[in-house]
Amino acid sequence: MSVLAYLVAVWLLIAGIYGVVTSRHLVHLVICLGVAQASTYVLLLAIGYRSGAQAPIFGDIPQSTPVVDPVVQALTLTDVVVSATVSALLLALAVQAHKRFGSVDPDELNALRG
Amino acid sequence: MSRRVRCVMALVALAVLGATLVVAVADLEPFGHYPGPYGDVLAKVVPGERHTGQLVAATVLDYRGFDTLGEELILFTAACGCVALLRLRRRERGEASAPERPAPSFAARAVGGALVGPVVVLAAYVVIHGHLTPGGGFSGGVIGGGALLLAYAAGQNVRLRRVGSIGMLESVEAVGAGGFAALAIGGLIAAGATLQNFVPLGTSGMLLSAGTIPIGNVAIGIEVAGAVALIVAEFLEQALLQEPA
Repeated sequence: MSVLAYLVAVWLLIAGIYGVVTSRHLVHLVICLGVAQASTYVLLLAIGYRSGAQAPIFGDIPQSTPVVDPVVQALTLTDVVVSATVSALLLALAVQAHKRFGSVDPDELNALRG
Repeated sequence: MSRRVRCVMALVALAVLGATLVVAVADLEPFGHYPGPYGDVLAKVVPGERHTGQLVAATVLDYRGFDTLGEELILFTAACGCVALLRLRRRERGEASAPERPAPSFAARAVGGALVGPVVVLAAYVVIHGHLTPGGGFSGGVIGGGALLLAYAAGQNVRLRRVGSIGMLESVEAVGAGGFAALAIGGLIAAGATLQNFVPLGTSGMLLSAGTIPIGNVAIGIEVAGAVALIVAEFLEQALLQEPA
């Protein structure tokens, strides 16, 4: 059981990439990429977790309390923001692709049209 | 390459990748046994050095503030990219104004309208207390950007272009991004190192404490709110353009 959280991260990454590869719709593709990105949140937070520890905020708890790692939580915050911006940019590109090709199926976007 | 071949190849490659990752994570520290030392070091030094108990905020905005500066510029650039992509499309269509959309129900208008104010207040609260409680500039900024969506749900046609509000949103975003950059340079000027905490630290637990951390939170909150509102507004305008007039 001690590696279950890490295996969840691996599973999310694999499932997300498989979704990206087999996607038939650009919006679906962006969501699948989001699933793959979610694996990094799970992995980072799982690494920093400590059994029985508190959240790393010393407001109401004494400073000697064991807390989980704030560094990976900060990294996860960065990660979430970057993945959200990437999704927004990709969705804007999907809008453009729909306009250009009249389709949101990635398989129909590969033809070079002159 | 046909779909079937591609799927088979993907499955084979993912199986190899998955097996490699499983072997890799099997050797990590067991779940719940974080070995340190960085988190422990921060837990020891942050309350004394920065007069705040919010270790995550101290990490994001102070100890690893340089990463946040880069991250914030990623957000800024991505928002600019979104606007550039979507605006090109609008010009191609040559439509100056969006068509009317059907009026939302009374319930949507009442609840949406009533919630806009409280949501803005909540966003400000989350941003300002970012160095005391969970939250901060990023989460609070997203809440603030969400207020625009509520206004849209309440039946306000988000025709921002006409009234020049998109330009205002762009300025808001730029002010936030520039504010955090100015904070970084301020550390360089006042204390000799980029992002050095050069503001008086105050008393731990008070609203005005922790030096530059709450200032950075406010700058990031402004930028994120501007960026989210800008992106949402551009997409909403696209949705209006798509509808048949």
